[in-house]
Amino acid sequence: MSYESSGEYIKHHLTNLTFGQKADGSWGIAHSAQDLQEMGFWAINLDTMGFSILLGVLFLWGFRRVAKKASTDVPSGWQNFVEMIIEFIDESVRGSYSGTSKLVAPLALTIFVWVFLMNAMDLIAVDLVPWLASPIAPYLKIVPSTDPNITFGLSLTVFALVLYYSFKFKGPGGFFAELAFHPFPKWMFPINLVLEGVTLIAKPVSLALRLFGNMYAGEMIFILIALMYSGGWALGLFGGFLQLGWAIFHILIITLQAFIFMTLTIVYLDMASQETH
Amino acid sequence: MNFNATLIGQMITFAVFVWFCMKYVWPPLMAALEERKTRIADGLAAAERGKKDLELAKSRASEDLKEAKQQAQEIIAQAQKRASEIVDDAKGKAEQEAEKIKTAASADIEQEINAAREQLRKQVAAIAVAGAEKIIEREIDAEAHSKVLEELATQI
Repeated sequence: MSYESSGEYIKHHLTNLTFGQKADGSWGIAHSAQDLQEMGFWAINLDTMGFSILLGVLFLWGFRRVAKKASTDVPSGWQNFVEMIIEFIDESVRGSYSGTSKLVAPLALTIFVWVFLMNAMDLIAVDLVPWLASPIAPYLKIVPSTDPNITFGLSLTVFALVLYYSFKFKGPGGFFAELAFHPFPKWMFPINLVLEGVTLIAKPVSLALRLFGNMYAGEMIFILIALMYSGGWALGLFGGFLQLGWAIFHILIITLQAFIFMTLTIVYLDMASQETH
Repeated sequence: MNFNATLIGQMITFAVFVWFCMKYVWPPLMAALEERKTRIADGLAAAERGKKDLELAKSRASEDLKEAKQQAQEIIAQAQKRASEIVDDAKGKAEQEAEKIKTAASADIEQEINAAREQLRKQVAAIAVAGAEKIIEREIDAEAHSKVLEELATQI
């Protein structure tokens, strides 16, 4: 695939493979920005959604295999690794979540491993998979967490759980009281409501944007470094070193972002399930 | 940043994955971990118990050994006592026997002496009679003077 300019290259790498209804009424894959515009909301990003599901299934399959034949004998290999993660998650949840919900720990495990896997797609060379898939897919973004749809999908589900827990543990009255009678005296409740409302809404938004922003920026840097390969051998060599350095640093970021997403989810749910403020 | 139905798709996928994880992944793994924990705790407790038992057995064994030694000592002491008793007894008996033999021997000797004395007396009497016969130069009526002669003999 050849590009007219580096701008084109970057733009191409940041476009999703989207499936939806085109302006003429037929269903198909968007080939241009205009197509995308016309498809509107009811379109689906085949690439990020597909990789997201693929990675999730991979995670569940890998863990389910261990769970099915989990033995109390000396663990080996994969089981050992899985148990290490499980214990890590369990410890995190015990440390941050004071309730006794059966949902929070599996939720945290799913978030941590799934988000980590989605982020880890960033470490695959930026051009490799799109190039392999170029005969059938005009665009391909392989890192699901660089798609705001994916990160907001996660954070909004978490937000729904936060609301559900708030209603369940505090009751509608208690939840309203928490939003309205704090931090100022009761008679100023409209101001309180606005302030606390913003705080509440900021939770899912910050959760999603943090992950998206980190991964999007990381991906962007990988793309920019990849651009250097077309600038002669000296620049290319320098780019190679940069890529290696950034990839090593990125291992830290992808793990950290997965961990932060998980920890904040636990903390939000803990705050939601506390009965008194 | 253009939002589309991927958002909803991701939410549904997320919910399904969490449900699956909660139902089929987390509980069995957690149960296995808990079970292993208790097993390890049991094993450690058993090891501790075994150690204590060993300690106990050791102390008991050493006690037994001490007792056995003491008993052996006692037995040896008794045996020695008994041996010396037997020796003493044997000595006493031997002395008695020796005494008896000595007494018997001295009685025999006494008898012998008496017999010899008797014989001697008789012979003296006979010699006296013979002497007297010679002196008197005639035969004396032995029967008539035997009484006198007997008297004479006892005086010797």
